[in-house]
Amino acid sequence: MPYMKGEPMNDNKEMKSDAALEVSRRDFLGTIAGALSAVALVIVADDAVYIASGAEPGAPLPAGGYDPDKHSYVYVIDITKCIGCGSCVRACKAENNVPDLFFRTWIERYMVSRSGEVSVDSPKGGYDGFDPSITGDEITKAFFVPKMCNHCSHSPCVQLCPVGASYRSPDGVVLVDEKRCIGCGYCVQACPYGSRFLNPETKVASKCTWCYHRITKGMRPACVEMCPRGVRKFGDAKALHDEVSEIIATKQVHVLKPELLTEPNLHYLGLSMEVR
Amino acid sequence: MLQESLNFVFPNDFHIMWSLMIVIYPYVTGIVAGAFIVSSLYHVFGRDELKPVGRLSMVASLAFLLIATTPLLLHLGHPERALNIVITPHFTSAMAAFGMIYTCYLTLLTLEIWLVYRKDIIMVAARSRGIKRVIFSVLSLGVYDISEESLRIDHRAIIVLASLGIPAACILHGYVGFMFGSVKANAWWSTPLMPIIFLFSAVTSGIAMIIILYQSLMRLSGQKIIGECVQSLSRWLWLFTIMTVTLEMLEIISLAYKKGEEWLVIGPLLGTKLAFPFIAVQVVFGSLIPIVLLAIVVLMKPFLTNPLRNTIAFVASLILLIQVFAMRWNVVIGGQIFSKSMRGFRDPYVPELFGREGALAAIAIFITPFVLLAIFNKFLPMYETSDEPSGGESA
Ligand code: SF4
Ligand code: SF4
Repeated sequence: MPYMKGEPMNDNKEMKSDAALEVSRRDFLGTIAGALSAVALVIVADDAVYIASGAEPGAPLPAGGYDPDKHSYVYVIDITKCIGCGSCVRACKAENNVPDLFFRTWIERYMVSRSGEVSVDSPKGGYDGFDPSITGDEITKAFFVPKMCNHCSHSPCVQLCPVGASYRSPDGVVLVDEKRCIGCGYCVQACPYGSRFLNPETKVASKCTWCYHRITKGMRPACVEMCPRGVRKFGDAKALHDEVSEIIATKQVHVLKPELLTEPNLHYLGLSMEVR
Repeated sequence: MLQESLNFVFPNDFHIMWSLMIVIYPYVTGIVAGAFIVSSLYHVFGRDELKPVGRLSMVASLAFLLIATTPLLLHLGHPERALNIVITPHFTSAMAAFGMIYTCYLTLLTLEIWLVYRKDIIMVAARSRGIKRVIFSVLSLGVYDISEESLRIDHRAIIVLASLGIPAACILHGYVGFMFGSVKANAWWSTPLMPIIFLFSAVTSGIAMIIILYQSLMRLSGQKIIGECVQSLSRWLWLFTIMTVTLEMLEIISLAYKKGEEWLVIGPLLGTKLAFPFIAVQVVFGSLIPIVLLAIVVLMKPFLTNPLRNTIAFVASLILLIQVFAMRWNVVIGGQIFSKSMRGFRDPYVPELFGREGALAAIAIFITPFVLLAIFNKFLPMYETSDEPSGGESA
């Protein structure tokens, strides 16, 4: 599926590095590129099936069915497993009609060299996966970090919205009331994670909803559904024997920018200190 | 130590979203608050030397207040829903208070101006005929009593309103600073100093605007510029400029000294993308030069002629208006240049020329208050035409 016309949206300079430097990174990313192309085949076939079976955004809720008070959603991303294939980004774009240039979820690639140099990129938000990247340095660790709205319990975006269009539902999902939003963009400024954007078509704030139209019907978010490696896990802390809450309760998980005390409900396994 | 190459922005962070309009907005409200403070120096604090600008500063404050919402409306994605801020305000948001603060201040200011001009309005109504007479009779609200006693009551009411107006003006503008200062996601904005810096620079821009307006008004209407008045304004301006610049510099120095995570990106930002608007325009040209010029006006008074001092004060005021604009630009635009990834800068922002949030719209907004002032002055002069005390104005 062609992603978009026009230029690459993320001007990450290391993607344009010197041809002379194009050697040492190959080993590391060769593995990933291999895995990627293998997975890509599966995904292309999968995408079609998935989209055909998925719930449409805005589809009505089951009659008398959904009670937000009975849920408390949580999400875990296992960084150690992510291969940067971008399936989740494509699934999200397709499922939620995300406008060109913007992302409800995206993947960042981190490469840390022995000398401590950190380089990060996210070409097209990782929509097309990642090409092998070449740096002149010896890379000692590299990993992918999927990002999205953290559905913070103390979300600055909700706090700062002047009209209450951004709100936190009792089930823990942070949502935007598109009919009430005045498009001031204050919440976009307020989100420390770059999760929000003003939709250029509707002129209102937009962001990840954990596929609210799906989860309220008992389905999982599209990104979770489509991840071939089980990196993304979606759970409900109010459900019995919930795997995801169990991980959060028992494993060494981490959140992004914990110093801001936004209390994200998105947790990471294997997060490294370079990630912001 | 982690080393950074500043080339990664979050994918959603590629453009600068708050535009020139959001620069204009605090700039205009700053002038509103600053001009009002000048009028209060006369009405409340009895600085009699400021009597010649007592009315002008009040009316100027109103003229700028009347257009203060325009840049916001032009910026909103859904301006037709703007009233939601008043109908369904969300009180944990600083922005939600805007409607109320604005309305309170507008009411207060209009009432005060009416009281100050009440006698003039009645006189104009009595002197004129036809439509003008009708309009001015309506403006007098049917109260024609201009006895000593009633003017004395007016006078007392004016002092009360002007006193209430001081905190109102401070809140009006302090809240604008708070709007930025309370965004903890943005290291360049998020400092408790922000509202204070905004307030001080607001007063600076207000006094500077009054010095310019006063001298222009006097020239245009062939009146004499009263040196004492300009001298006093210059002294206040000097004081407020020094305090503003000190606060602005303290903020940068403490960021640079603490060298927190934010300095990784703010340091390079000041050295590259903001080198011109911040270091060259705001600090060197906009702050140092006026401080020196005003020092000359204030400290070398016995050696300089009145017209020369007036001219120097005029020039210093013009530069300070540019300084304050640069400060707003550097806060609003500068604060958006670096991505929240703290690892890179967004695409540069150049305002479009035409278009809703473009430079022409901004210029039109900025010119409007001057047009409003000219119209107002045609009917109700903003300077004292004779010695007769009007509207219980003398403090
Ligand atoms: S990640 Fe950003 S948009 Fe999502 S809840 Fe937190 S502050 Fe709001
Ligand atoms: S853009 Fe919409 S949701 Fe965001 S703060 Fe403004 S009104 Fe609220």
